[in-house]
Amino acid sequence: MTESPSEVIAARVQGAGDVRARPARAAAWRFLLQRATAAVLALCVVVHLATIIYAVRQGLSAEAIVARVQSNSAWPAFYAVFVAAAAIHAPLGLRAIADEWLGLRGRRTDVVLAVFALGLLAGGLYAVESLAR
Amino acid sequence: MSASRSGAREPHRAPATVNADASGTLRVRIWRGAAAGRFESYDVPRHSSQTVLDVVTHVQRHVDPSLAYRYACRVGMCGSCAMTVNGKARWTCRTHVDAVAANDVLEIAPLSHLPIVRDLVVDMTPFFDKWAAAKGRFSPTATRTDEFARVPPNSRKRRAIDETIECIGCGVCYASCDVVGWKPDYLGPAALNRAWTLVNDVRDGAGISRVRAVATDAGCHACHTHESCTERCPKHLTPTGSIAGLKRLVALATLKGTL
Repeated sequence: MTESPSEVIAARVQGAGDVRARPARAAAWRFLLQRATAAVLALCVVVHLATIIYAVRQGLSAEAIVARVQSNSAWPAFYAVFVAAAAIHAPLGLRAIADEWLGLRGRRTDVVLAVFALGLLAGGLYAVESLAR
Repeated sequence: MSASRSGAREPHRAPATVNADASGTLRVRIWRGAAAGRFESYDVPRHSSQTVLDVVTHVQRHVDPSLAYRYACRVGMCGSCAMTVNGKARWTCRTHVDAVAANDVLEIAPLSHLPIVRDLVVDMTPFFDKWAAAKGRFSPTATRTDEFARVPPNSRKRRAIDETIECIGCGVCYASCDVVGWKPDYLGPAALNRAWTLVNDVRDGAGISRVRAVATDAGCHACHTHESCTERCPKHLTPTGSIAGLKRLVALATLKGTL
């Protein structure tokens, strides 16, 4: 079953020529989404931290904070965007970590991460919705 | 033989093999065996302007002829003598012992991330297979009957190639890359640098298929921008910049829907 050197080279060249569009597109979209959500999160985290620091320094109670959040629909909208960005960004980052550090990849890993993403999204939006109500 | 060669290069010095006192002795630890090998120690006479390759050659010619290592040009052109020297991948023919031997101690090992054949020789097959996987081969668009292509030296694409074309394929960047260590199918800095070179070559016809080949999970997106490749490249190239160029190209193609 030993292949001759020319067969080995032919197989390699053939393999190198086989370039499918779908895996590249999927990987490129994952990359773009992770960068785009990172940019959104950078802004959201700064606003979120500044708000927390402000609330603590003002000595606001939990009730006062909730009342202020409910008084302006921009706050729930802001946190909905925050949740959506985190739900996209975190699983994509974990996907890279699972691959590089744990050697986990493939369909099963992607399914687990998709469930994790949906969990983040559902839990986060539920919290935002509860706050806005 | 070594004495006469050394005498030819350093005519004012006594023959290398007997002149240990003039500049002392170097303690050298060299990897022996395959993956399950071990370091063995050798004493090598110290000389001025001595390179790490000189040290390995001394051991092979005067101490243990069974030592396996690889070199060809000795002048930094062929890219075959790269080894791990005191923990860092380097081209040994252009690395002076003075620059790397702390306390006159040298530890020389084969390149990381590649299968060890024996001693200091690694199997470069995965490294060059990845060049092929990244479509690192020029795809001509003209025939011998066509005119020569005219490429303006100051054009943006040609200047981008200036930053990348001098790669000698030594594997130093590949051995220095953390991501290659974590993710063995990652194409690595050299293959991606090659792809970026060809992407900018106006004579090349591989087009979008090369961009697709480097746009996978194991391609340019896997780079963490640690820049070890750029720091260690003996030719002072910037593979990190090439990979960033590929990322930009892939992102644009994705948004335009042409990927």
